[in-house]
Amino acid sequence: MEAIAPHAQNAAPPRPGGLHGFVLDWAADQRVFKGVSWGKAMMWIFLLSDTFVFGCFLLGYMTMRMSTTEPWPNASEVFALEIFGTHMPLILIAIMTFVLISSSGTMAMAVNAAYRRDRRLTATLMIVTALFGATFVGMQAFEWSKLISEGVRPWGNPWGAAQFGSAFFMITGFHGTHVTIGVIFLLIVARKVWRGDYDSGRRGFFTSRSGRYEIVEITGLYWHFVDLVWVFIFALFYLW
Amino acid sequence: MTTASSPLNGFPDRVPPAEVEDVELYHAKSWITRWVFSQDAKIIGIQYATTATAIGLVALVLSWLMRLQLGFPGTFDFITPAEYYQFITMHGMIMVVYLLTALFLGGFGNYLIPLMVGARDMVFPYMNMLSYWIYLLAVLVLVASFFAPGGPTGAGWTLYPPQAILSGTPGGTGSGIILMLVSLILFIIGFTMGGLNYVITVLQARARGMTLMRMPLTVWGIFTATVMALLAFPALFVSAVMMLFDMLLGTSFFMPALVEMGELAKHEGGSPLLFQHLFWFFGHPEVYIVALPAFGIVSDLISVHARRNIFGYRMMVWAIVIIGALSFIVWAHHMYVSGMNPWFGFFFATTTLIIAVPTAIKVYNWLLTLWRGDIHLTVPMLFALAFIVTFVNGGLTGLFLGNVVVDVPLSDTMFVVAHFHMVMGVAPIFVIFGAIYHWYPKITGRMLNEAMGQIHFWVSFLGAYLIFFPMHYLGLIGVPRRYHELGPTSFIPESAATLNAFITIVALIVGAAQMLFLFNLAWSIRHGRPSGPNPWRAASLEWQTPETPPGHGNWGDTLPVVHRWAYDYNVPGAAEDFIPQTVPPSDTAATGEHR
Ligand code: HEM
Ligand SMILES: [Cu+2]
Repeated sequence: MEAIAPHAQNAAPPRPGGLHGFVLDWAADQRVFKGVSWGKAMMWIFLLSDTFVFGCFLLGYMTMRMSTTEPWPNASEVFALEIFGTHMPLILIAIMTFVLISSSGTMAMAVNAAYRRDRRLTATLMIVTALFGATFVGMQAFEWSKLISEGVRPWGNPWGAAQFGSAFFMITGFHGTHVTIGVIFLLIVARKVWRGDYDSGRRGFFTSRSGRYEIVEITGLYWHFVDLVWVFIFALFYLW
Repeated sequence: MTTASSPLNGFPDRVPPAEVEDVELYHAKSWITRWVFSQDAKIIGIQYATTATAIGLVALVLSWLMRLQLGFPGTFDFITPAEYYQFITMHGMIMVVYLLTALFLGGFGNYLIPLMVGARDMVFPYMNMLSYWIYLLAVLVLVASFFAPGGPTGAGWTLYPPQAILSGTPGGTGSGIILMLVSLILFIIGFTMGGLNYVITVLQARARGMTLMRMPLTVWGIFTATVMALLAFPALFVSAVMMLFDMLLGTSFFMPALVEMGELAKHEGGSPLLFQHLFWFFGHPEVYIVALPAFGIVSDLISVHARRNIFGYRMMVWAIVIIGALSFIVWAHHMYVSGMNPWFGFFFATTTLIIAVPTAIKVYNWLLTLWRGDIHLTVPMLFALAFIVTFVNGGLTGLFLGNVVVDVPLSDTMFVVAHFHMVMGVAPIFVIFGAIYHWYPKITGRMLNEAMGQIHFWVSFLGAYLIFFPMHYLGLIGVPRRYHELGPTSFIPESAATLNAFITIVALIVGAAQMLFLFNLAWSIRHGRPSGPNPWRAASLEWQTPETPPGHGNWGDTLPVVHRWAYDYNVPGAAEDFIPQTVPPSDTAATGEHR
């Protein structure tokens, strides 16, 4: 739903900003968030709910870490790699973080291209974003297999509290699932953009209504969120 | 903005122009997409309500079995202690989650929100449909656990670890607890899909002129409860996932090192308290997730059937919102006996008691609405009044239990069972009954039979008191909760057994009355008195649809335009004793409340 004005002739005066405008919007009829489509509003609310999911996961992890009786393994040692004979703590995680943050950049560019109706560029940038995402998941798979080969299991590990492995696999796994879903979603939307579905008014999936370019931005919201969550996981799990 | 008298789009008051084009509706092409895999919120609402009622009947039958055991211990040897625990667990969980939550939000939410805010449908009909089917799957998984080897879980509806996944608990090491957790996870996923729909429909898809402060309180209640559910269910989701891992992968999130059946269990270092925090961070808001829709609906029932505007509408809205917010910071009042820093106990007792303030405001406003009202003692009104009485009763014992020193001795006694059945069991169920009697004419075009309704009401209302009121006393003399059989005790007098037998007999009678209600529902579809579009002469939008029952797209060709709040009853000078929300101010001699 675009922010169109069917009665543009007698359209209301421009809406004031600031606190006053905020109050007016909430007191108005029809919509609280003026000019915000249903899909976008829905994604924001969903992300709020998902924030609580990750929040509970992370708070649960922190409580366990503080209450467990065994010592907690030292993350920067566990996640270190030997590269060309040099010992580099957290190097893989640093690269993963870099990749994911870069993907947020290409995603933002894709949204911009979509609103300029540049189909090819949009689709290309979305595919690049998806590739960054897939790389991230790939590196995560590498990290998982490395830890597993070193003897880390959900129920125990060689260095200390069993909860280390449990929390690690659960939280990164849950986040990795989010990234994977995002990659799939990006590819689907990229294909639709490429094919021109949003110009031809072809009926979309999930809505049985014809889609709009805005779906690129909505996908982007999700993607940035997954990225942001990673920053918290990075800070709380790897750096602490 | 223009002044009240200058014409804008042909309307004398200030109704802003449409901001959004009329939606593209999904049109069902076959019988299946129309009635089974329907994307119409009204059908989905009915599907939700039917499924919830069906599984609720299971919970009802379980309560009979438990009561038979408690009333006549030793008589029914097919009820073993293990089974008693399973009955308790399934009864509690079904009632709270699969019946009340699903019925209020999925059932009434779907049916009423689009009609009450003047939308053609929910904003994402396809997702809404998925929401129902996932809910149905969750229910089926739950039902499957009855037939699983070892039976359903018997951990109590709170599913506290460690015992929930230990071998001494029925279903603890088998598939019972797994199916329960999977079913909860499915429920939450399905609910999220529906919940996003309800929230966005209220926020972004209202009719012209329908401001938030003109919405009926029913919508406010359901809306706030849905927002709360979207924020509270994540905690249950996370705890279910973690417990599933403890069970299946051998992690120790919640499991400390312990000796099980003489052997050291494979777990160590986990925190059972963490589960309790997560569970109650969901569990307490859950109480209000079923209470707030009840508050909203009751306000509307009282206003319609007492022919008076609701007293203090704005206060009522803010009370709903404030209760919703506060209920996120009181959860540890369920954990006083789990051991906590006294300062925390102090904090949580204080916040708990503070919630009583907005709640009391609501109760006073209901009473002031009734004051000098033109009260019609219809069946919906009777149920609404019964709700107020029962809720006040349960709320008062809540004040007792909210205080640490009072709760500690009363915890885990029948007093608690009496309290929560009053406040979140019986009271919301009364509202559901009242709401069904009230909106059934809109859904079917026929009235429910009044005589059967009166019998149903009086038996249920008096019966519920006879069942649960004595339980306060049983709790005070020390009868514990979740006990299969009391056995010989020095402190429990002989008369307690007589009382228990009495309660059981009443419970069976009340149960029978529910069968009468179900019969009434089925019978009246064909044989009820035709109701016409607006039998209660109500002002809110859902009664103004061009067709009854409302057709596809709800509103015919043109969307309604709203000019006033939903509570213009007995406006001085008006021709009739109610003014529908769609009537512009100039069409009546009196203007009513159309701010
Ligand atoms: C005819 C109506 C009902 C009867 C006769 C009934 C009876 C019972 C009984 C006998 C118990 C077990 C008490 C014990 O031994 O600890 C119980 C527990 C419970 N009931 Fe009901 N009940 C009814 C309706 C409801 C409703 C409508 C709800 C909805 C909230 C509900 C929620 C619960 C819960 C949460 C528990 C606690 C389960 C546990 O301890 O794990 N009940 N009920
Ligand atoms: Cu509580």
